[in-house]
Amino acid sequence: MDKVYKRLNNQVEKSGYHLNPDIEFTKDLVRGLLANEQRYGYWSCPCRLSANNLEEDLDIVCPCYYRDPDLNDYGACYCALYVSDEVIRGERSVESIPERRPPKEQRDAERAEEKKRAEVIESMEFTGKLSKPVWRCKVCGYLCAMDEPPGICPICKAKKERFERFM
Amino acid sequence: MDVSTLNKEKGDHISGIDRGKVVMYGLSTCVWCKRTKKLLTDLGVDFDFIYVDRLEGKEENQAVEEVRHFNPSTSFPTTVINGEKAIVGFKEKEIREALGFQG
Repeated sequence: MDKVYKRLNNQVEKSGYHLNPDIEFTKDLVRGLLANEQRYGYWSCPCRLSANNLEEDLDIVCPCYYRDPDLNDYGACYCALYVSDEVIRGERSVESIPERRPPKEQRDAERAEEKKRAEVIESMEFTGKLSKPVWRCKVCGYLCAMDEPPGICPICKAKKERFERFM
Repeated sequence: MDVSTLNKEKGDHISGIDRGKVVMYGLSTCVWCKRTKKLLTDLGVDFDFIYVDRLEGKEENQAVEEVRHFNPSTSFPTTVINGEKAIVGFKEKEIREALGFQG
């Protein structure tokens, strides 16, 4: 557990993010992540109920898609595993924040729409406009123009399945 | 949901001062849920807690429905007081006040 915490902390600091400086609090969350890895096979958010299905939970695999907007608005992600610079500097305190993740019905509808959009884009002729499709990492926003998204996001290390076709 | 039928890992009844029927729906891995459970324990009130992530099948669906009824985003912790008022998240002040504790 301590090893995982240290590794995560190093990785996070290198990429310009910060874990919650309350080490006990943070280690508890890391324990939760490891428990979820055992139960579901992936780092499902410890503060959200997993569907035990990666496709449905892709948005809440840590770091979740809601982390960055929550850091901007509240200074912490939903679990408060990640905190903003302001919190680190002691200018802002962390508290339990509202859930940004849409309810299940809305998520299902959005996923279906995304799938449709991806199919339309897939069928479009790109030659002449773009020489390559553009992929967007849904965790950190990294964009790249390649035939396929990278196996791992070079910025935030998110896996391939968390990319979407952007253009 | 009747916690007396659950395995203690999944949910339990904590005896204490009667401040109405208090049920905390939480996740065993969530630190805000842990804080809420600790607050209720420290206040010494009578309450039930249910760890929804440790439930399965019908039990899980029932608990999720109960939470959704009070909190459409089905987030945790959700603390339901007397089947009327729900407090979503670890809101110390709100929980204290709703249970008749001042400050």
